[in-house]
Amino acid sequence: MAETKTIALTINGRDRKVAAPANATLLETLRELGYFEVKSGCEKGDCGACAVLVDGEAIDSCLALTWTVAGRAVTTVAGLSLGGAKHPLIEAFEKSGAVQCGYCTPGLIVAAQSMLKDTPEPDDDDIRLGLSGNLCRCTGYTKVFDAVRDAAAVLRGAESQA
Amino acid sequence: MTGAPQDWTRAPNVNLRQVGKPLVRTDVPGKAQGRTRFAGDHVMPNMLHAKVLRAPKASARLTRLDAAKARALEGVVCVLTAADLADRRAATDIPGQTGRKRLATDQQILVRERVRYHGEPLALIAAETLALAERAADLIEYDLEPLPGVFDPVEALKPGAPIVQGTDNVVATYKVRKGDLEAGFAEAERVVENTFRTQFVEHAFLEPEVGLAWVDENEVINIRVSTQVIEHFRAIADALGVAHNQVRILGSMVGGGFGGKEDVTVEIYLALLAQATGRPVRLAYTREDSFFGHGKRHPFVITHRTGVTQDGRITAVQITMTADAGAYVFLSPYVLLYAVVAGPGPYRIDNVHIDARAVATNNMYTSAFRGFGAAQACVAHEQQMDEIAKELGLDRLELRRRNFLRTGDEIATGYAIESAVWSDDCMTKAWAALGERAPEDGPVKIGRGVATYQQSYGRITWLHDTSEAWVGVEIDATVVVRSGVTDIGAGQVSALAQIAAELLGVSLGEVTVYNSDSATTPLAGTTTATRALYMTGNAVHLAAEALRGRLIGRAAEEFGVAPSEVDLAESRAFVIDAPDKSMALKDLVGICASEGIHRSELAMFRAPFTGEIDPETGQGRVHPDYAFGAHAVEVAVDTETGEVTVLKSVGAHDVGQAINPAAVAGQIEGGAAQGQGYALSEAMIYRDGELMTPSFSEYLIPTAMDMPRVQSIILESRSGLGPFGAKGIGEPALTPVAPAIANAVADAIGRRVFELPITPERIVMALREAEPRKGPR
Repeated sequence: MAETKTIALTINGRDRKVAAPANATLLETLRELGYFEVKSGCEKGDCGACAVLVDGEAIDSCLALTWTVAGRAVTTVAGLSLGGAKHPLIEAFEKSGAVQCGYCTPGLIVAAQSMLKDTPEPDDDDIRLGLSGNLCRCTGYTKVFDAVRDAAAVLRGAESQA
Repeated sequence: MTGAPQDWTRAPNVNLRQVGKPLVRTDVPGKAQGRTRFAGDHVMPNMLHAKVLRAPKASARLTRLDAAKARALEGVVCVLTAADLADRRAATDIPGQTGRKRLATDQQILVRERVRYHGEPLALIAAETLALAERAADLIEYDLEPLPGVFDPVEALKPGAPIVQGTDNVVATYKVRKGDLEAGFAEAERVVENTFRTQFVEHAFLEPEVGLAWVDENEVINIRVSTQVIEHFRAIADALGVAHNQVRILGSMVGGGFGGKEDVTVEIYLALLAQATGRPVRLAYTREDSFFGHGKRHPFVITHRTGVTQDGRITAVQITMTADAGAYVFLSPYVLLYAVVAGPGPYRIDNVHIDARAVATNNMYTSAFRGFGAAQACVAHEQQMDEIAKELGLDRLELRRRNFLRTGDEIATGYAIESAVWSDDCMTKAWAALGERAPEDGPVKIGRGVATYQQSYGRITWLHDTSEAWVGVEIDATVVVRSGVTDIGAGQVSALAQIAAELLGVSLGEVTVYNSDSATTPLAGTTTATRALYMTGNAVHLAAEALRGRLIGRAAEEFGVAPSEVDLAESRAFVIDAPDKSMALKDLVGICASEGIHRSELAMFRAPFTGEIDPETGQGRVHPDYAFGAHAVEVAVDTETGEVTVLKSVGAHDVGQAINPAAVAGQIEGGAAQGQGYALSEAMIYRDGELMTPSFSEYLIPTAMDMPRVQSIILESRSGLGPFGAKGIGEPALTPVAPAIANAVADAIGRRVFELPITPERIVMALREAEPRKGPR
């Protein structure tokens, strides 16, 4: 058995102290803690279903060891809407019908959030590139493009009002 | 005859309030917000973790299997091998509820002596942690003595070929003898013959197979599992040797199926381990396990020999089909049958011979996959149509128009189509939607292709398919639907809610659907065969209609009018011509409750029942009905690198009635992506039966980078057998896509690649063959 390491980190805005085996991946640890919205699809960094934000950047949580995110802020799709209002990306994915089986959806939304941070006004090719690490087998991505563009517009509006 | 749809006599669905609207599906918010619990998101106290040990060779004799070291490892609770299973076997035939005698398709659960495919399970392990289960798997010792295998279905039919099991390698055969083939060819002015090949394809649903099993206080084995078919409780009970009412299957929202969760996957392993240990057991496949752990799409070799007049009328077609069934039977006979029924395509051809066979090999077994044989048939018949057009110098669309089936015409198996056949309208609209052609640029050539299809919806009619649903209204006028239907991501549950909401006059948010539990929800049958909406939608329609009748009857008494004058909407009952005469649905339900009027209804919908087709001629009814439509694409092909870019992709389908147009468009868009992968990049490669592509970095499904925006054109003939005249869209969305792309590539480069996938290598080779002196040798 690997040695257990105890680290402090923030998960969805909550400060947590977590004891996990030194060789545990962030995916394993998050699911162990009950963050079941983080999905396991390949455990090799091929599919993006396990994507989470670490300090705002999307990573495949299956490829990160838990101890390496000590002191950082981890956000899952369930943590995006904190502070009341539903996150515009979640709202747009619902309204656009960009969700079918839904297994890839948490990863897609998180990856889209990470992309929009750097590219607030994306065209379809920006979205393609930003989501190229997230496989979806149901939707053909068309409504995902719609959802991300709709959400981007809402986020830009919120930004300009702020 | 071109363009305009033929008249359809059924009354349009006027005044629909819920059905036909692009509502947000009931399952979507939970999924988008990360609240939905899939089968793998459930845990129990004291739960064990399981692992399956798989054979690393495709054809071998197991001479020794020693689990002593694994069993001795601390924390390993149970190791099961074939020696622990007595003579238990698993059925692999058609899933579900019909109770008809099964084909001889039982197979070993764990390898007893003979390994027949790469990855066949040798042992099951349950341990305190997953890491321990994995270590235990490594500690199991075995000797595998190599045996000669057979890896090509044509080779497998030759005398002296190794026999995979039983007495020969023929798994199933079908033939069609319709009309007079000789006379048809005598009438022909040209004969065109081509052979088309397709590959093994993986479903690649994002959620790998997963389940959790426990034995409850009544000794019922409960299995919460990602499956398309909760009715597998019967096959699981049979395999375990327990009564059918001692196994309960609970589904969850399924993270993609596409036919890959139609057969039993982890259920029997889980049940055996839970039974053996008395503890809850979780088994979650890794992606690699998943690639090894379920059947693939059948590779087919299909030859068309078509007789045609100079003006493009097809007078005869002779088709041969050989499908690789792999090492076990599973659904191969049925997939083959669907390929035969769809064999000639959506065309009226009076003289048809088809000879089809599915053949056992030591490759991975093959089974259900969206399109189910009809997709492979379409790859062949639609490429053949383009080849015929080229031979005749005729427009490709015009050739199709001259041969399309029309309502009342017989298909290859002699059944006369009763519903609308809007192939031409769909094709014309899809083609027109391609718009302006992209310009060519140096070595980059532009091509266009179209494909049409004939795809069944609903199961084989001699399986006597039924579906049940329960609809009730609570005292507060909210609605409950109970149905065993599984939701594999296409919105199956939400569609049922929309139908119940329509008929009971409430909003979608006031309907709760409980589904996918063999203990508590009426059995709906499988979510396969584009049947869930057709069958279970009709069952919900029947139940809700009966309940609506009772509510309206009581309201009519209250209003002092005839029941035909009362309607339900916005949670009120009202007189249609005097809307001020109205009452809240809640008050009406209250009256019904106080008077003991039944506020729920259990209904069964029955598909058409027939006997089997004539085995000598293949004539008879096979399916309830068929869907028709088209897909058109524009591609750019780099003739130097062989790279294909799909620029435009348009699906146009007559779905009968879209219950939720947004969900229908989603099916078309997803089918376009899956079909694009089938055409261009996806191949499960088996070398001497051994899988070479067990990950997403080797098996390439389309990413966002590969996909154009897909355009969906939804036509509604309201002529289908489903609720409100619906047909189906699950499988049809995929079926024409790959041949449309193949035709577009051929159009672009002037050469055809006769084998899927159409990789850059194959394109470059085809171009080199065309110009043998150019390029490196």
